[in-house]
Amino acid sequence: MASGRVINLARFLGRAAEPAAAAQSSALQYSTVGGVAAYKLPDLPYDHSALEPVISGEIMELHHKKHHAAYVTNLNKALEEYADAESNKDLQKMISLQSAINFNGGGHINHDIFWTNLCPEKDAAPPSGELLAAIEAKWGSLDKFTATFSAKTAAVQGSGWGWLGLNKETKALEIATCANQDPLAAKGLVPLLGIDVWEHAYYLQYKNVRPDYLKAIWKVVNWENVAQRYKAAKA
Amino acid sequence: MPFTLPPLPYAMDALEPHMSKRTLEFHYGKHHQAYLDNMNKQIAGSELEAKTLEGVVLSSWNNGSPTPVFNNAAQVWNHTFFWENMKPNGGGAPSGKLADAINASFGSLDEFKAQFKNAGATQFGSGWAWLVADKAGKLTVEKTPNAVTPLVEGKTPILTMDVWEHAYYLDVQNRRPDYMNTFVEKLIDWEAVAKRFEVATA
Repeated sequence: MASGRVINLARFLGRAAEPAAAAQSSALQYSTVGGVAAYKLPDLPYDHSALEPVISGEIMELHHKKHHAAYVTNLNKALEEYADAESNKDLQKMISLQSAINFNGGGHINHDIFWTNLCPEKDAAPPSGELLAAIEAKWGSLDKFTATFSAKTAAVQGSGWGWLGLNKETKALEIATCANQDPLAAKGLVPLLGIDVWEHAYYLQYKNVRPDYLKAIWKVVNWENVAQRYKAAKA
Repeated sequence: MPFTLPPLPYAMDALEPHMSKRTLEFHYGKHHQAYLDNMNKQIAGSELEAKTLEGVVLSSWNNGSPTPVFNNAAQVWNHTFFWENMKPNGGGAPSGKLADAINASFGSLDEFKAQFKNAGATQFGSGWAWLVADKAGKLTVEKTPNAVTPLVEGKTPILTMDVWEHAYYLDVQNRRPDYMNTFVEKLIDWEAVAKRFEVATA
């Protein structure tokens, strides 16, 4: 029987991650129905076909309604089992559930950010103002930034993500990659822009040619959203 | 001398309807081939060229701090192994000493299948599920991430299932459990597995 208590996912990501992770986790939609706590799959900010031809409607439907939905379902299941184990003081069980919470919780956090980082090509505009200045200061130009980001992200072994993040301490922008669904916050960076390079993110369209996907996706990056996250992270 | 890919043990459409020709064209023709081409580029002119493929895998594993060569070399090895343990009209059940060993180690074939599929399901991200044999004939199910293989722990795998998404995405998309059921029930070449078991326990 679930306790209905809000479980801050940041707890599972380690001390160093707390400020960054807490800010992130608090943005996730959450509801309590009949005393049972549950994270919710967010709607996309656009139709599933809105990112064509860069990302097909078929991929977006699977990615959102199957993959992300499964992370949410499995996260809620693991958290409910964890709450039970905790109330039964079953430490072994609690420990055994942590990998499922980390994986599915990370998957939920990452995809929740990802959908907002993208927008239809017709609505996409390059970065400007403070964000552009910071990118140019660090990498020389927007083109050099995207080339560096794409190269590092293409090199991720197996499944993972490429990220633009803000180092909370130095206030500097950094490019980082993470394996599987490991959340960026665990590296002490606030996520601003994430690109999913699990094969499910591109395979039906781009097959094995991950670099082609990484070249194309810049056309549908929602820099306005990235700028909003940048502003919030610096505050 | 650069390494070359052994040909597939069967035609690209031979595993249909369980694994499509389209999947084989990409999985063998692009993924496996790319691992090989990239490995050859990386080892050109080095002493690794003179080793066997297993030698390159073990050397590049570098005792747990793998070099960039490892990801390609191990994937070349893993995929060749993978093709060899499937056949058209595969599945069914093992017999003889292998069947006895499965019963001894797992209780039943069904229990082995459940554990094997669970390993594939809980390998979050990319990786492989394995059946491994020791010299005494004891069998265990293992899972490894990305390119890692039981070879690097000095173990002898006798069966493997690729759970990288590219192995099944064109055919069943996100439905990894469906892929694993099909692999176990319709694709495993139990005779090939039995031969490896014999070698492992010789």
